[in-house]
Amino acid sequence: MTLTLNHYLFVSGLLFAIGFAGVMMRRNIITIFMCLELMLNAANLSLVAFSRFNLVNGLPNYNAQVLVFFIITVAAAEVAVGLAIIVALYRARQTIHVEDISSLKF
Amino acid sequence: MAPVLFYFFAIMTLVFAVAVVANRNPVASALSLVVSFLGLAALFVGLDAYFIAVIQVLVYAGAVMVLFLFIIMLLDLRAEERRRVNIFAFVGGGLVAVAFVAQIWMVLQRFEAGKTAFLPLPAERIDDVRNVGRILFSTHNLPFQVIGVLILVATIGVVVLSKRELK
Repeated sequence: MTLTLNHYLFVSGLLFAIGFAGVMMRRNIITIFMCLELMLNAANLSLVAFSRFNLVNGLPNYNAQVLVFFIITVAAAEVAVGLAIIVALYRARQTIHVEDISSLKF
Repeated sequence: MAPVLFYFFAIMTLVFAVAVVANRNPVASALSLVVSFLGLAALFVGLDAYFIAVIQVLVYAGAVMVLFLFIIMLLDLRAEERRRVNIFAFVGGGLVAVAFVAQIWMVLQRFEAGKTAFLPLPAERIDDVRNVGRILFSTHNLPFQVIGVLILVATIGVVVLSKRELK
């Protein structure tokens, strides 16, 4: 029994589905944010798996790994800004439940 | 990577990802997320992406998690009290997630190229920090610098957002 690309892709798909289910089901805005990180990382896993699978001159395709590097960087910046927004929101409303924040809801 | 290790770390990643969603206490969720990311870093090592694995541990398990825990501490969050769950969101989210997994499964069943094993790498030529760095600073030099500007903008944005009163 050898490992194939499909194993990694399926794990990546499962991780994405777990993150998605978390975003839909949870009402706590910080947990929702963590689930977003899970989804980003699921995409990273499939990118790295494809990079290892498609060899260029006998080496992994490093373009994909550079893309993963960019995704991690942008995700870190996104976490910083998002958490700052959550803190500002908490200061204004004293809540982090998405159901209590419905001013913009149609 | 030995299949045993792959299964061990894949199951670790997925189980703790489920724990992130299932825990009612945000601190427990954040710590589960750390373990999940460590498992993911181990999977990256199994794919010979050592640089990405190290970055994953440093940035996610280190910086991002400290930020999450710090914010949880700052807001003084307790375990969520039980509320009336929104049945529509609960069932809908679960159904879409299950449908997504089923679709991925069926697509992978028909994806013949993905069923072949990974080709071995020449052991003496794996120097992936140098390779990633070379490509990062030559082919992808412009995006790299744009990312630098983006981080600067994010830093300024966070400082502005965190000020006492917005004018």
